[in-house]
Amino acid sequence: MTNAASPEVLARVTGLVKRFGKTAPPALDRVSASIFGGKITGLVGPDGAGKTTLMRLLAGLLLPEEGAIEVLGHDLKRSPTAVQALIGYMPQRFGLYEDLTVAENLDLYAELRGLPRARRAEVYAELLHFTDLGRFTTRLAGQLSGGMKQKLGLACALLQTPRLLLLDEPSVGVDPVSRRELWRMVQALTGQGIGVVWSTAYLDEAEKCDEVHLLNEGKLLFSGKPAELAERVAGRVFLLDGVGGRRRSTLAQILAAPELLDGVVQGSALRLVYRASQDGGGTPTPPPAAGPSARLRPVAPRLEDGFIDLLGGALRTGSALADSLHPLPAQSHPVIEAIGLTKRFGDFTAAEDMRFSIPRGEIFGLLGPNGAGKSTTFKMLCGLLKPSAGEGRVAGFDLLHAGPQARGRLGYMAQKFSLYGDLSARQNLEFFAGVYGLGGGERRARVEEMIAIFDLAAVADQTAKLLPLGFKQRLALACAVMHRPEALFLDEPTSGVDPLTRREFWGHINGLVEMGVTILVTTHFMDEAEYCDRIALIYRGRRIAMGSPEELKRRVAAAERPDPTLEDAFIGLIEASDAERGAA
Amino acid sequence: MWRRILALIRKELLAILRDPRGRMVLIAPPIAQLVIFSFAATLEVTNADIAVLNQDSGRWSAEFLQRLGVGKSFDEVIVVRTPGAVRALIDARRVLAAVEIGPSFSRDLEAGRGATILIIADGRRSNAAQIAVGYLSQIAGTLGAEIAQASPERAAAPPAARIAATNWFNPNLNYRWFTVPSLVAVIALLVGLVVTALSVARERELGTFDQLMVSPLTPFEIMIGKTVPPLLIGHVHATIYILVAVFLFGVPFRGSLALLYLGLCLFLVAVIGVGLFLSAISQTQQQAILGAFLFMAPAIILSGFATPIENMPEWLQTLTYINPLRHFLVIVRGSFLKALPIAEVLVHLGMMAVIAAVTLGAATVLFRKRLE
Repeated sequence: MTNAASPEVLARVTGLVKRFGKTAPPALDRVSASIFGGKITGLVGPDGAGKTTLMRLLAGLLLPEEGAIEVLGHDLKRSPTAVQALIGYMPQRFGLYEDLTVAENLDLYAELRGLPRARRAEVYAELLHFTDLGRFTTRLAGQLSGGMKQKLGLACALLQTPRLLLLDEPSVGVDPVSRRELWRMVQALTGQGIGVVWSTAYLDEAEKCDEVHLLNEGKLLFSGKPAELAERVAGRVFLLDGVGGRRRSTLAQILAAPELLDGVVQGSALRLVYRASQDGGGTPTPPPAAGPSARLRPVAPRLEDGFIDLLGGALRTGSALADSLHPLPAQSHPVIEAIGLTKRFGDFTAAEDMRFSIPRGEIFGLLGPNGAGKSTTFKMLCGLLKPSAGEGRVAGFDLLHAGPQARGRLGYMAQKFSLYGDLSARQNLEFFAGVYGLGGGERRARVEEMIAIFDLAAVADQTAKLLPLGFKQRLALACAVMHRPEALFLDEPTSGVDPLTRREFWGHINGLVEMGVTILVTTHFMDEAEYCDRIALIYRGRRIAMGSPEELKRRVAAAERPDPTLEDAFIGLIEASDAERGAA
Repeated sequence: MWRRILALIRKELLAILRDPRGRMVLIAPPIAQLVIFSFAATLEVTNADIAVLNQDSGRWSAEFLQRLGVGKSFDEVIVVRTPGAVRALIDARRVLAAVEIGPSFSRDLEAGRGATILIIADGRRSNAAQIAVGYLSQIAGTLGAEIAQASPERAAAPPAARIAATNWFNPNLNYRWFTVPSLVAVIALLVGLVVTALSVARERELGTFDQLMVSPLTPFEIMIGKTVPPLLIGHVHATIYILVAVFLFGVPFRGSLALLYLGLCLFLVAVIGVGLFLSAISQTQQQAILGAFLFMAPAIILSGFATPIENMPEWLQTLTYINPLRHFLVIVRGSFLKALPIAEVLVHLGMMAVIAAVTLGAATVLFRKRLE
């Protein structure tokens, strides 16, 4: 059992270096860390930080170029396979056989891991109860929701109780409700003395780990308790309420001040982090740009604030993009409209009677668990899916009957940066310009403008797939807004991106909104949801709540939870909906 | 509209040419195919040996054997003394066929009775053996005809041999004259199918297909944008092959170049329709490639490329009419080796036009359906 004073060290890496390819920068650069039994150790960092590489090294699937790696008393450089029976490893994907049922997957892994037949019934019963998958044993793994797949993956990794459990981004594509369940399950495991390594790009999730190792571009930036990192910025984090004027343009002005480290939109307020030079203690005076009624109140620092502090603060890009645009004229009719949108697949209704209208210059968020119907609604509104009933309109054009006109007025950016990887950055821009009907001198001018605005000159002739993540993100946004759309559709735009790049991205989005562009966004990131003016919460194919982030939070505020987060609101509203269904 | 389509075509070509794997698909298979089909997989009988058991000592058997030795069809003529030796050589696959000349061969000929040569062929190598028998019959036939001619006094006698084979259009039965033009069709099939099948599947795999679907491009415009690049590439490949056939292999070109290219264009459109259809139902590039080969194998077998259509059962022969490769092969071979009458070319062009309309139409319908 856990010994709080000196927990057992299960794994230790020292000065680890791993390279893929001779010329590429190392995937891991002199990383040293320890992993303890009975604790959840977070490997935290954006995509490409080296989390999976470290995970695979710990599992004995890769050998390091330099450094030592010891797991459960074995030197993995000498005997990389020695520990494989003692650890559970759940890779990011491909861990399950999608054409096998839940029970068949369990059988297969039981066989592979050498679980004696006699013990299977007992172990299965326990795991199926633990993961609440008992009802689905005959369902194909491929037909499970994202959250259920992860739970099954976890069950497979736990068949032979491991001493060390490696979970590679178990919460990717998992909604907050399932994420919380998964988290509870893993916490129960640490009670048995199992050491858990949990990698994640979500910093709010990392906050719940006992220990974190923060990675960025292969380098270890921080090791320790999450609170210690957040502590770096203690006393420097404030919420700015009562901002006069438009809070997004105000934020851009405020961030120009040298004493500010970071600032984000949080619902109707702004969350600001001051630089350390601020002579300790006391609340600074509100920035003048915020107007006379603004006031600052101190709030608890977060892990992300500490990360930003480590990285040296947010970049002040302002938004050259917005400056290049002429404000769109104000208009009374909504830019995006859902009029009773319904989609049925056979006798399953994926989305039912969706109704909302989004006025010009608003950021509207679609939130909901996986498979709840938010992607279906999103796809119907940008013309990727034909509704079974109802109508979607963009800029006044019906997507069904005036598709090309409507589509010509919207921009779209998907999760995976849908760029043409084999084309250069400039060729991508030229292609999208052409597809949106720009030609000749206008096309050349617009491409040059985008290259200037998004600072792509240095990489314009490089192949897109080889660009660093931040550049890809910028290029994808450039391609999506080059034709100056009235409405911009963002599908999980910044998942897996480091916080600085995410801020830069939202800086551009804020600028666009100020110029009158309307944004529809789907996201699992609660941070991202905070940028929204309004949110529609979708569950079981229906809209169960709609309102500003503040309104949603207020609805779940209670005596024991006076200041709920958006995630609390999300989970609370879904539980309330379930209770209602149960009662009905 | 044209501006959008043009942007799409440009992008498609760039995506294929900038991708090292894409370039490989365009360069490696055509070269491999040229080498394999035109040099290695020849159906000509060369490098084969033959056994001779001659029990006759007259002049005609000597004449026959001499002609056998002069022809370059057989490498070595092994003379044996006993029927047992013939059997042993064939059993050991040492020879492809054996010729047995009876003791009364010359005598019978002199007497104007007509004589027999026994040819024993190795049935295990039926294709080559059949051709060997053909050569042998030809030699015997010529010899017989000459004997009949040289002895007018025996003119009334029955002809010494009844074989009279003449190969039109390819008088020397040069096998390469036959295969190389056909390769023009096969390479167009391969390139057209693979490039198309990969194009949509690749976009779907990378997630860029959604990006296309939310752009103002209509499904029809996307279809055109996806059809033109493989059409261009297919024409380039076919042109290279035509030039190679004429200038490297010296195959005569006797037909109309314009009709050949019209046929090529229709053929490619038909194939691209199939490729788009496969692409629309595939989720990944692997599935698309698998589908392409699933189509290609029967298309080649049922085209008359390697085996004559006339040898197939009746119902299968009817089935070959829906195979675009069958029609195009007729046009290609006709254009090269003989000046195929325009009327006949038009029939096959018409058939291909119908097939192209069906495949492209089906692909468009499926494309639209997939969006819903």
